Amino acid sequence: MTTEMNLEQKFQDYVDAENKIEPKDWMPDRYRKTLIRQISQHAHSEVVGMLPEANWITRAPSLRRKVALLAKVQDEAGHGLYLYSAAETLGADRQDMVEDLLSGKAKYSSIFNYPTPTWADIGAIGWLVDGAAIANQVMLCRTSYGPYSRAMVRICKEESFHQRQGYEIMMTLARGTEKQKQMAQEALNRWWWPSLMMFGPTDDESPNSAQSMKWKIKRKSNDQLRQEFIDKTVPQAEFLGLQVPDPDLKWNEERGHYNFGTIDWEEFYNVINGNGKCNKQRMDARNKAHDEGEWVREAANAYALKEQKRKEQVAA
Amino acid sequence: MSKNKDNWKIWEVFIRSRNGLSHKHVGSLHAPDAEVALKNARDVYTRRSEGISIWVVPSEAITASSPDEKEPLFTPADDKVYRHPTFYDIPDEVGHM
Repeated sequence: MTTEMNLEQKFQDYVDAENKIEPKDWMPDRYRKTLIRQISQHAHSEVVGMLPEANWITRAPSLRRKVALLAKVQDEAGHGLYLYSAAETLGADRQDMVEDLLSGKAKYSSIFNYPTPTWADIGAIGWLVDGAAIANQVMLCRTSYGPYSRAMVRICKEESFHQRQGYEIMMTLARGTEKQKQMAQEALNRWWWPSLMMFGPTDDESPNSAQSMKWKIKRKSNDQLRQEFIDKTVPQAEFLGLQVPDPDLKWNEERGHYNFGTIDWEEFYNVINGNGKCNKQRMDARNKAHDEGEWVREAANAYALKEQKRKEQVAA
Repeated sequence: MSKNKDNWKIWEVFIRSRNGLSHKHVGSLHAPDAEVALKNARDVYTRRSEGISIWVVPSEAITASSPDEKEPLFTPADDKVYRHPTFYDIPDEVGHM
């Protein structure tokens, strides 16, 4: 017990001195478990995040928009893979993680359970959803676990194009016809609040946050990140000439931040608990894709086996 | 869903970003064989012209030093300052050496 405590204290001192933890270093069991949970959920979110957008690839309004969207969706797949790999360095098993997602046992970001009824939603997702994700991920570049931090650095580098392509879509619509502008406005109305929810519950409702901050897994609190996102995004909405759908939104000179209205946490928990508009649709789509890929995996295995046998024959 | 667990092997990926530089570790991936590992590495790690050459190595083929050995392995070098050029006093008049 005492040695365990000493080890924990040594670990904390090491982290406090801004050192990174690497896979084979000693770490408290709860640190490992927290990271596996967080990183695998993050990976699942990237994977499920492909679905709402893939919905629009075949209907993108121009070739320029289509190649950008394809590249973005392909990036999300890659990001999922970087993150699964990072979780594996902690001893998580890839197949377990995949199966937990497919069976519905694992969580992923609730934002992807909202529908994308119009092309403007693709713009709003890039601008707001990727914007919120980037705020979180920029912070995670400095997380204390080395492989997670390195995955985040790669991801952040790639994601900045995602947000810019989204904002460009919004800008084109906002400067278009009255009808197009209205489409952009409606997409902003749909995505504003769910985007704010992406940062998670308020600090006083987020029991695990303090420990994660202490271990420097997280470097900023949910509320802090949310506020930064709002402060950065409101002027961008103003530039577009669109209205943020929050009557309480007001610049607070004294605080140097925007005040904003109350988030509907009931909706948040409702979507987390599986009652969002698209929870079932997303899981069905993911399972279908996995099942339909079965023959590819089988063929790859058969081919690998055949090649191995061929090599052995040549060698003999 | 698959009944039995047959994870593909893990491969570590190393990329040379341009000639003149060494291959550098960039991450890992799963693949059934080396050939597919190379193809996957190309898709996962070089979507933005990050490399001109890829190595893939089965993770299991790597032998790593243990963090517990950090002290005996690496601290002996710390007090050997005479291995560095600044340890030696050469008058300025001699010029750059």
